[in-house]
Amino acid sequence: MIDLVKDVRLWFAPQRLKEEGETPDYRFSLANERTFLAWIRTALALVGGGFAVDQFLPDLRWGVRVGMTVALLAAGAACALRAVNHWMRCERAMRRGADLPVSRFPVVLGLGVGLVAGAMVVIVLLGLTNSR
Amino acid sequence: MRAVPGPDERRDAGLQPERTRLAWRRTTLACSVTAVLALRQALRGSGSALEAGGAALIVLVWLAFLGVAHRRIRELAAYRPPVLAPRVALGAVLCTVALAVFAMTVIT
Repeated sequence: MIDLVKDVRLWFAPQRLKEEGETPDYRFSLANERTFLAWIRTALALVGGGFAVDQFLPDLRWGVRVGMTVALLAAGAACALRAVNHWMRCERAMRRGADLPVSRFPVVLGLGVGLVAGAMVVIVLLGLTNSR
Repeated sequence: MRAVPGPDERRDAGLQPERTRLAWRRTTLACSVTAVLALRQALRGSGSALEAGGAALIVLVWLAFLGVAHRRIRELAAYRPPVLAPRVALGAVLCTVALAVFAMTVIT
C-alpha cells in the first residue's frame, strides 16, 4: 500500500523520476511507451465493449446486461490506471538498472475476459434472453 | 544539400520513433471508436439539455486525447525523441477513465 502511494506521487512529480539512476537508451524508453499504448488500447477496447454490450444487446436480461457492462467498464478503467503505473515502474527500473517489474495483472485480465466470454456462451446456449 | 549526418542524427535502423508514432495513431483511432460509441449512447434519448451536456463532455475528452497524441507525435519526429512525459501518459489515461466513468453514469 505504501509502495502504491509512492508510485502515485511519482505520477505527479516526474522530475523525481529523472533524479534516479541514469537515462537508458532512448529505444528502450520508446519500447516501454509502445507497451503502455498497447495497454491503453486494451483499456479503450474494454470500455468500448462495455458501451457495445449496453447498446447492442437489448434482448439480454437487465441484470445480466448491466452486470457485464459494469464488469467491462471497471476492467477498462483498471487497465488504464494500471498501464500508467506499470509504465512508470518499468521506466524507473530501467533507470536503476534493476529487473523489470513482474505483474499478475495480465493473468487476472485474461481470466476475467475468458469468464465474460464463457458467460456469454452459456447465456446464448440457454437462451436466457427476454424475447425470441 | 546537407552534409553526411553525424552519429546523433542518423536514423535508428529499427525505426523505433516511427513505430512509436504509429502506436499513438492506432491509439487515437481506438479512442475515436470508443468516443463514437459513447456519443451514440449519449444521444439516443429525447435530446434533453443533460444529453447535450454529456455529448459535449465526450467531444471535449476526445479533443483532449487528440491534443495529447498530437503533441507527442510531434515530439517523436526528432532523431532522438525525449522520454514520454508522465503528464502526457497521465492525460491519455485520464481520457480513457473519463469515458469509462461517463459510461457508468448512463447505463440504462
